[in-house]
Amino acid sequence: MPNDFDLSAPSHPGAGPAGVSRRQLLSLIGRAAGGSAMYSAMSTLGLAQESPYRGARPLTGGRRDQTILVLGAGMAGLVAAYELRNAGYTVKVLDYNQRAGGRSWTLRGGDVFTELGGERQECRFEHGLYLNPGPWRLPHHHHAMLDYAHRLKVPLEPFMMVNYNSYLHSSKAFGGKPQRVKRIQADFHGHVAELLGKVTAQHQLDAAVTREDQEKLLEALRDWGALDEQHRYARNLTSAVRRGYDIAPGGGLMPLPQPSEPIALNEILDSGLWKYLSAGADYDFQQAIFQPVGGMDAIAMALYREVKDLVQLNAKVTAIHQDAAGVTVRYVPSHGSGPAHTVRADWCVCTIPLSVLSQLELTVQPALREAIEAVPYAASVKIGLQFKRRFWEQDEQIYGGISFTDLPIQMVSYPSTNYGHAGKGVLLGGYLFGPHAYEFTAMPPAERVRRAVEYGTQIHAQYPQEFEHGVAVGWHRVPWILGCYGQWTDDMRAKHYQTLCTQDGRLVLAGEHASMIPAWQEGAVLSSLDAIQRLHAQILATHPLHKASV
Amino acid sequence: MKRTSVRLLMAALILAPVTLAVLPAAQAASILTPESQFAAQGGPALYGSICAGCHMPGAQGAVGAGHYPALAGNPHVASAGYVVHNVLHGYHGMPGFGGELSDQQVADVVNYVRTHFGNAYADAVSPDMVAKAR
Repeated sequence: MPNDFDLSAPSHPGAGPAGVSRRQLLSLIGRAAGGSAMYSAMSTLGLAQESPYRGARPLTGGRRDQTILVLGAGMAGLVAAYELRNAGYTVKVLDYNQRAGGRSWTLRGGDVFTELGGERQECRFEHGLYLNPGPWRLPHHHHAMLDYAHRLKVPLEPFMMVNYNSYLHSSKAFGGKPQRVKRIQADFHGHVAELLGKVTAQHQLDAAVTREDQEKLLEALRDWGALDEQHRYARNLTSAVRRGYDIAPGGGLMPLPQPSEPIALNEILDSGLWKYLSAGADYDFQQAIFQPVGGMDAIAMALYREVKDLVQLNAKVTAIHQDAAGVTVRYVPSHGSGPAHTVRADWCVCTIPLSVLSQLELTVQPALREAIEAVPYAASVKIGLQFKRRFWEQDEQIYGGISFTDLPIQMVSYPSTNYGHAGKGVLLGGYLFGPHAYEFTAMPPAERVRRAVEYGTQIHAQYPQEFEHGVAVGWHRVPWILGCYGQWTDDMRAKHYQTLCTQDGRLVLAGEHASMIPAWQEGAVLSSLDAIQRLHAQILATHPLHKASV
Repeated sequence: MKRTSVRLLMAALILAPVTLAVLPAAQAASILTPESQFAAQGGPALYGSICAGCHMPGAQGAVGAGHYPALAGNPHVASAGYVVHNVLHGYHGMPGFGGELSDQQVADVVNYVRTHFGNAYADAVSPDMVAKAR
C-alpha cells in the first residue's frame, strides 16, 4: 500500500511549472484549513481510496453438493450467506449472539443488553427513538452498502454530518461557552483569506504564482473569505452573509439587519476550535452521507430476512479444524446449557472477529495464526440519552448534525430525522475513542450515562432539566466482540494483512478486520465479497462440473 | 524512552470518527485535552480506569464469545516481565498501552496487580525496568 500521498505529485498533462506552483499553493491553503493535511494522513492509511465495488455481481453456477459454513451473522457473514446461497451452494450460518447483525446494531425501547461483568441495561427509549451503538453512517461512496440497501428496499435518509448551526466547544476557550460552527468557520476562513491576500498584494508570492494568477487568487480569496472591497475581513454585511447577524434580515418595518463582530484570529487559533472545522471535509464524512430510516440495523435485518432459514443463533464456536476433505466446527450454546455439537462442511467463511478467533482452537498455517493474533481491538463507547423534548431544535435551532467538544464525550450528535417532532428525543450524548473510551468502559453503565449528562450540561444547559434516561455501550464489554474493531497499523498490515486475507486450505476469513476500511461496514462487505469470489473460483476449478446440479 | 507513539497516532487516524485525532503528529501535540495520555496516577486508579474495563473490577475476568483472563490468581502474573510486556505492547486482541502510559504508571499498575487480587509477588517492577522493556 502506498506509504505517502502528495497532493502535488500526480502531474497531469499540460501542467507547467506555474501549474505545479498553483497546486502547491492550493495545498497550502488547504493545509491552513486543515483539509489537506488530514487528507494526506487518511491516504497513508488507504482510507481515501474509492470503494472498488462495481455493482452487484452475484455469483452463479455454485454447487449444491458443496457445503459452506459461514461463521458470524454480521454484515460480512450475512452477505456471504446471501450471495453463496443465491449462487446455488448449500450454506449454514452460526452466530454466538441471540440476534443477527453483529455490530450493525440498534438499541430501542424494550431492548435489554447485558454486558460482560453482568451489568444489565434495559433501553427505555420512547417508541421510534433509538441509538446505533456501532456504525451509524453510510458515505455516498460506500457503494456496496448502499447497493444492498437499495436492492433490499431499505429506505435511507440524509445524515446531517455538517450543521453550521451546531456548536464547537472548548472547555478552555471563550469562557467555556460553545461557539456556532458558522462563526468559527467564517472567521477562520476570513482571517486566513485576508492574510494571504496581503501577502499576495505585497508580491511575496511572485516566485510561486504568476502575476496573472495573483489577480485571480485575490479575487478567489475575497470570495472564499467574505472579504470587503478593501480585502478586509471585518464587521459588515459581507461577513454577516457567512457568520450571521446581530439582527437578522426581517420583513416589513422590522429593524434593519445588523452585522455581527468577527472573533479575532488569535482567539480562534488559541481556542483550537479550528481543528473541528474539517469534520465534514474528510472523504469518509462528506455529504451526501446517509442513515437507514429507523436505525442502522435495517440493512442487516433485511439481509437476515433473506437467509434466516440458514442461520443458527446462540451458537458459540469453540474450535475450527480442517483436513484435506473439509472443515469441522465445534460449538456449544452461548446461553443456557446443552451439549457440544460439531458441524462438518466442505468450506468455511469465517467472519469471527480476531479478538475472539485468536482464542479458539484452530487448524491453520502458523503464519495465519500469527496474523490472527497480531491485531489489537480498539476501545470505543457510545452513549444515548433521552430527553423530555427536543430542546436543541426548539431553543437552539440545531437540526441534526454534530457538536464537537474537547470534553471526554468528544461530541454530541442530534437526530437527523423527525425534525420538529413535539415529543421526546434521543441524543448521541458521547462517542468516545482513545484513553477516555477505556476509562468510560471501566465504569458501570449508569456512571457512563451520569458523566455524559454532566459533561453535556457544559454545552447544553437544558440537560439537567430535560434528561430522562440513557444507555451506554462500551465495546470492550460487548460479549460477542470484545472490542470495537481491528486496530491495524501500517507495520502490522505489511507483515500480516496479505496472509490474513488469503484462503488457508478450506478456510477463508472475512470482516472489517480483513479490509482496508477498518470499522466501516463497507469494509466488512467488500472483504466478504472478495473472499467468496475467490472461494467460488477455487471450488469451480477443483470440482469439475459433472457433479453439479442444475 | 517515552515516544509519541506512531502506532497510537495511526490508531487514532483509523478510528477517528471526526477530525479530532486526524492530525499530523506536530499538531496532535497541541491538542487542548491531553487525550493521548492517561491521567490516572497510582496502581488502584490506573487499574480501575483501564484494566477493569476488560479484566473486571475484581480481576476475575469475563467470558463471552471469547474471554478476558482473570488476573486474580493467574499463574502468568508471577512473571513481572510478562505483565510489563503485555501492558506495553499488548497481547492478541488486547491493545498495548505503552504510548499512553509513562514508565512510572506502567510500573505502578503492574505492581498493583501483582500484589492484589490474591497475588502476592514481592519482586516489584521499577520504572527503569519498564523503560528497558519498551
